[in-house]
Parts: sequence; structure tokens; C-alpha cells
Amino acid sequence: MGPVLGVLAVIVAFWYGAAVWLNATWTYDQAARDGGTVTVALLLSDTMAQERPVLPPPHQVVGELWKGLTAFNVTSKKSLFYHGYVTLVATFSGFVLGSLLGIFLAVGIVQSRTMELGMMPWAVISQTIPVVAIAPMIVVLSNSLGFGDHLGVSNALVSKTIIAAYLSYFPVLVGMIKGLRSPDQMQLDQLKTYSASEVQGFFKLRLPSSVPYLFTSLKVGIAASLVGAIVGELPTGAIEGLGARMLIGSQFGSPIIVWAALFAAAILAGVLILIVRVLETVVTKRMGVRA
Amino acid sequence: MSIVFATGFWLVCWVVNASLARSRFAAQKSVRIAIPVLFGLAILALWQGIVTSLSVPEVILPAPRSIGVAIGANLPTLWADFVQTILKGALSGYILGAGSAVAVAILVDRVPFLRAGLLPIGNFVAALPIVGIAPIMVMWFGFDWQSKAAVVVVMVFFPVLVNMVAGLSASERMQRDLMATWGGTYWQTLVKLRLPAAMPFLFNGLKIAATLALIGAIVAENFGSPTVGMGFRISTAVGQLDLPLVWAEIAVAALAGSVFYGFVAALERAVTFWHPSQRGR
Repeated sequence: MGPVLGVLAVIVAFWYGAAVWLNATWTYDQAARDGGTVTVALLLSDTMAQERPVLPPPHQVVGELWKGLTAFNVTSKKSLFYHGYVTLVATFSGFVLGSLLGIFLAVGIVQSRTMELGMMPWAVISQTIPVVAIAPMIVVLSNSLGFGDHLGVSNALVSKTIIAAYLSYFPVLVGMIKGLRSPDQMQLDQLKTYSASEVQGFFKLRLPSSVPYLFTSLKVGIAASLVGAIVGELPTGAIEGLGARMLIGSQFGSPIIVWAALFAAAILAGVLILIVRVLETVVTKRMGVRA
Repeated sequence: MSIVFATGFWLVCWVVNASLARSRFAAQKSVRIAIPVLFGLAILALWQGIVTSLSVPEVILPAPRSIGVAIGANLPTLWADFVQTILKGALSGYILGAGSAVAVAILVDRVPFLRAGLLPIGNFVAALPIVGIAPIMVMWFGFDWQSKAAVVVVMVFFPVLVNMVAGLSASERMQRDLMATWGGTYWQTLVKLRLPAAMPFLFNGLKIAATLALIGAIVAENFGSPTVGMGFRISTAVGQLDLPLVWAEIAVAALAGSVFYGFVAALERAVTFWHPSQRGR
């Protein structure tokens, strides 16, 4: 833990230094306009508290983050909890959809040789297509087809869910294929001596042995799904969600809002990965794995 | 009528694929390429058939044929966007980001303090939604490609760093001892043993970074861009409901992404030909 804190301290110190250096131009310009001189004390105090800094110092970002989290009611549109919740819903629904898709595709590919040879190259190609190129397309499609109206949710959620699922299914697919193929020949032979059917072998051997691989890829998948939800908020002209906060901050030229939203997203990512990790511990413990 | 034909074509393709996959030619390279190509053609035919027979309006889903026409009619525009987004934004950022990540990884590997301190942070940052720095980079570096390259540098850096550090410790104790008995210096050991041993890990990171680079370059255009670029073109064309042009850009993006990835994969095969995963193909 020591070295981590040490490196973090260096990063924060470097950040403060960079903030003084980058924000100094504005201070000098102001002073030149007022005809005053810039002392070291003025330079330091001014660069720490500008309204539109080039690089906001850490305490300004943390202050804005804290304000966004605590100063407003959680249902208020100014609250970061509210925006985080909007993004979280899309992340989660996309994650569930993408994981299920990945798992089912993996089962199909492991069971059928035709599926494997025909599908697998396309699954790889689908990931080399930058999803953000398709994002505005998905938004328009889900608006004009009105899936959301049928399901009783907003169209924006549908498009964000699709984008998040698109990004998260692939890690799950790859991990699941690896996991379902992980039982070795000896174990498969043993099941054959028990005269177990194909289906029994699948549920009693292949599926349980894929669980560790599944959780490893779920951790990658949920991070990817959060990226998808944030990216999905950018082209919609959305007004809710962490991605929308970033867009608003950039349009109003207010870097502090962008940084606060970025940190909120980072915290959300950390929490989500932690949840999957806890789930992993619980499930593997119940399956009798000793950590 | 055309939907019947399209479904029929799709079924024929499926049967041919199934028999090819089960046949004794399945291991041959041409068959391995032919199966996914047939699969893709079947999807395209089904798409065209559904769109024409159900007369789906073009603002919802254009047919493959009109997308092809749009590609032919807009070649200069598509090329300009490709140069702006892929070559200037993504590629320059990718080379800069991956190069500096490799350099930092060697430094981290040399200094134990950094290894213990920087690596957990790098692992954490690699899982964060780094695309979020796009608006900040656009504020700092302006609307042109430099800001896109900056986003790509940061997005590419951490996955490559984490993989490269793992790769540098991949050589075995015995191999390093052997280098020591030959009196190899740190740099000789690095160049002759540890860098080659790290290559499979490095390419793993480079492949992840290849897709991230395109995502970063296109997302950053949402926060401001000159009037050229794939992200810019897609969002304005969606606004004008010129969907064939949108799909033409998507096709170019898909092609560019696949070629980029394929190039990295081919380079990997050339560099790590000795690795078990590359043998026997």
C-alpha cells in the first residue's frame, strides 16, 4: 500500500504544479489588463481558484464533486447521484443483455462447429468496428422505431442499452468459450465412463468449470458497458447522465463540471467492478472453491 | 418475392456452410475463409431482401445496394474523413501512446518502487471510462486532429503499459540466470531475452488498443471538430437523414478498423512466430 500512496502523492503534487503552470497565463493576462503586477503569492492563490481554469486543481474538482453529491436532493437534476443513476441503469441493462448474449453465443459456438466457423470471425470483426460510429445510427433507429414506447421506457435508454451491450458481449463471449472448453480430456472421459449424456456433461462439468472464466470476463464486460452507456449519451443530445454532464460542461466551457463528471464516472466504475468481485467471491465460495 | 429468394439463399448458404464445416476440407485455409464470407453474404442478401420486399423506408434502414451507391458517389468525402480521423487522429495517437507506454514499462520494470506503486494505479485506470477526457482534450488542444490524437494517446497508454510490464517479467528465472552466467549486461539481457519474450504480451495490449484508438478518435469529434472527419460526418448526416451516407461511413469505419486490427495481427505473426499460439497454422 505504501508505494501506491507514494505514487498517488507524487501525482497530486504534479497536478498542483501543472495547475499553477497552466493557469498562470490567465492570471498574467488579468494583471496586465488591470495594470497590476503578479507576485508569487497572487500567482499561487489565483491559479488555485479560477472560475474557468485550464486545469482545475484537485481540491476544486473534489469540491465540485462533493457539491454535486451532497448539496442537492438526490432526485434533483443538479445532483450527480441523479445523473449517475441514469447512467447506471443503462450500464446495468446493457451489461445484463450483453452478458446473456455472450453466454448464449458461446454455448452455441462450443456446441456447433458450423456456428464456430461461421460466427466467430464476425464476432471479432464486430469489435473492430468502432461502436461509436454506429451510436448515432442506433439512437435514430430506436427513436424512429419506438422500441422504448412499447417497453414503457425511454427511447434514449434503449439506444444506450444496445450500445452498452454491444461493447460488453465480446469479452464475455471470449471468456465463456475458453471456460466451456476448459475441462480436460480426463474429466470428459470420466463422464463418458459414467455414461453421462451430452446435456448432463454440459450442465455438470462444462458449465461449472466455466464460472471462474465467466467472472474474469464479467469484470471487463461491466467496465466496457459503462463506457458504452457514457458514449451512448453523447450523440443523443441527452440532458441526463454522466456523459451528458461532460457534454454540457464542454459546451459551457466549464472544465470543473467535466472533471467532476469524469471522477464520478471513475468512482462508478470502481464500485461496479467491486460488486462483481464480491459476487464472484460469494459464488465461488458456495461452489466450494477455496480462495 | 425477393424475401423468399433471400431466405432461400440464406438457407442454401447455411446448408453449404454446415456441410463444409463437417467435411474433411474444414482444416484448409480457403474453406476457413469461405465459411465466414458465405455467412456474411447470406446476411447481406437477407438484409436486401427484407428491405426491398417490406419496402422499409430509407430513413430507417437503407438497403445494401443504396449504401454501395452512396460509397461510390462520395469517395472524395469518405477519403478526406478517413485521412482526418484515422490517419491523423487515431494512428498518430496510437503510435505515440503505445511507444511511450513501452518506454514507461521498461522504466517501471527497472524501478521496484514504481512497480509496486504505479502498476496497481495503472490497472485501475485501464478499467476506467477514459473516453471522458475527450472534452478536456478538445479544450486544451483545439478542434483539429491534435486533440483527437491526445485522447487516443491516453486511451492507448494504460492497456499497453499493463501488458508490457507483465510481458517483461515473462522470461524464466533459468533463462535470466543463463544470461547472467554469460556476463550479459542489463541492456543485453533486455534486448536479447526479455523484450522478445515480452512480445506476445505486448501484442495482446496492442490489439486491445487498436480498437480503443478508433473509438477515442471518433468520440472526440462529438466535442468539436473541423468540418471534416468520420464522427463529424456521421452526426451531421444523421441530422440530414442522409442514411445511406451514414452507413457508407460506418462501412469505411468497419473496413478501417478491421484492416488496422488485421495489420497488428499480421505483425504479431511475423514477430512472435516462435510462440506456441502461432505454430501449426
